[in-house]
Amino acid sequence: MPALTHYLVLSALLFCLGLFAVVTRRNGVAILMGIELMLNAANVNLVAFNKFAAPGAMQGQVFALIVITLAACEAAVGLALVLAAYRSLETVYVDEINVMKW
Amino acid sequence: MTWADLSLIAPELALAAAACAALLQDAWATGPALESRSRGPAAAWIALGGVCAALLLLGVRPAGAAQVGFAGMYVRDGITRVVDLAALAAAGLGVMLSPPYLERFRLPAGEYHALLLLSTAGAMLMGASRNLVLLFLGLEMLSFPLYVLAALARRSRRSQEAGLKYLLLGAFATAFFVYGVALVYGASGTADLSRLGRAPDVPLLHAGVAFLVIGLGFEAALVPFHAWAPDVYEGAPMPATAFMSVIAKVGAFAGLLRLFPQALPQLAPAWGQMLAAIAVATMILGNLAALAQSNVKRLLAYSGVAHAGYILIGIASGGPAGSSAVLYYLLVYVAMNLGAFGVLLLLERRGEEADRVEDLAGLLGRAPWAAVVLAACMVSLAGLPPTAGFIAKLYLFRAALQDHRVALALVGALTSVVSVYYYLRVASVALSAGAADAVAVRHSRFAGVGLALAAAGVLWLGIVPGAITALVQQAVQALR
Repeated sequence: MPALTHYLVLSALLFCLGLFAVVTRRNGVAILMGIELMLNAANVNLVAFNKFAAPGAMQGQVFALIVITLAACEAAVGLALVLAAYRSLETVYVDEINVMKW
Repeated sequence: MTWADLSLIAPELALAAAACAALLQDAWATGPALESRSRGPAAAWIALGGVCAALLLLGVRPAGAAQVGFAGMYVRDGITRVVDLAALAAAGLGVMLSPPYLERFRLPAGEYHALLLLSTAGAMLMGASRNLVLLFLGLEMLSFPLYVLAALARRSRRSQEAGLKYLLLGAFATAFFVYGVALVYGASGTADLSRLGRAPDVPLLHAGVAFLVIGLGFEAALVPFHAWAPDVYEGAPMPATAFMSVIAKVGAFAGLLRLFPQALPQLAPAWGQMLAAIAVATMILGNLAALAQSNVKRLLAYSGVAHAGYILIGIASGGPAGSSAVLYYLLVYVAMNLGAFGVLLLLERRGEEADRVEDLAGLLGRAPWAAVVLAACMVSLAGLPPTAGFIAKLYLFRAALQDHRVALALVGALTSVVSVYYYLRVASVALSAGAADAVAVRHSRFAGVGLALAAAGVLWLGIVPGAITALVQQAVQALR
């Protein structure tokens, strides 16, 4: 039976992996995937805390559902913007997108 | 969900309905063509109607005790009322100032107005949140439309770049915010802001609050989370820049207000120091970077960073004095920043935005009223009397002194002196003789009324601040 600590370590690892992807990846789509990992790390935390820290309550699980929904919205808006940027800038690599200085 | 709940969010519903109507009108006018052709003022009138309806719905509700709805998630109290007022003022001025620009640069009017209204509703939700879940929802509803607004000019490479950068960094900051909510939930067993005050003082809570500050600090452009601001402000179409520069601050500081002085007063000793340090860094860096700018959009971006630092003084000081100063400053900031951007929106240099400082030369000769409004807004941004910016800064510094944060008030006053240089440089160029030949001034009655309203706000809040001061002080009565 895994304890709360196991879930927290898993979630922290997921978060750090996502963070690593965002910081090191040059491809805009890969950066979006890293952000999805970070959001899912938060979801693991929410559900685990709901089970161990506030048993019987629903708030954490409901919030996890809301986060999943908004992550889907974010992917939709994000991919649309990456596509629009690709049409005019002809690249999705963020280090080549430098009309203005960062 | 009951009728009582729905009547509570009536202003937000009015905005959402107007956003749908603006989009449908756009589709109706465009017909089977692929590109939006709706460039008439119809969408602007629909949006303005939505804003006025929301203001009316806000006004008819009696200013009494706080009302709570949606199972304790949503609260409509004094703070909600002032935040709603600031957000609706930003939306109204944003709608009135942009039609000449949208027409000239052929931007899709329906989408612009729909996104603007939805973003406003998001900021209003942040101001009304009594639960971290609603705060998160409001943050997302505020920022998604802003990403798209930044990328609205589909043929402009700079606009596309701005949209993509804003989205990637914004989503990144949002992920931190969600993780912070999860940690706070784990530390306290609740996401209810009204019950966080009883949470045990464990390291997990502090870690969660730190993540929440990263998320909100990004939206408010606080140092060190401000890196996106200059590029996004410069690249985005100017009406979008003008609107996002104020609405993002209204939403983010409403969120910080709900979080720190209201929900977590027990963390004030530890987090007051932390926020004060961020405020000092933000004020110094924002003002020094603005000194070197020759592009007015970039200059106003760094000025926005600096003003975020000033407003954070009020959050760090906490208590009723700090909170009421924050609310007052938000109202003033909406009027003066949109007034300044509104004048720039009237100018055009050979089919491009006139966003260099020297493009303003000789404005007094060709559009005297616009030049005077610009000068008044610059004087107000610099914080000089008799404008609203002076009174607003006075309240903030007084709150800091009451909380025995002398260093904070001192840094604020000194950096304000630095800022006088770059604001008055813009004003003196606009009031000087000589003319930039290539720059044309467009006249529009719609934008003229908007500019007059912004200027009236800047002067009225500066000369007779009594009524609004009473409003914001009444709003924070519930705080100790």
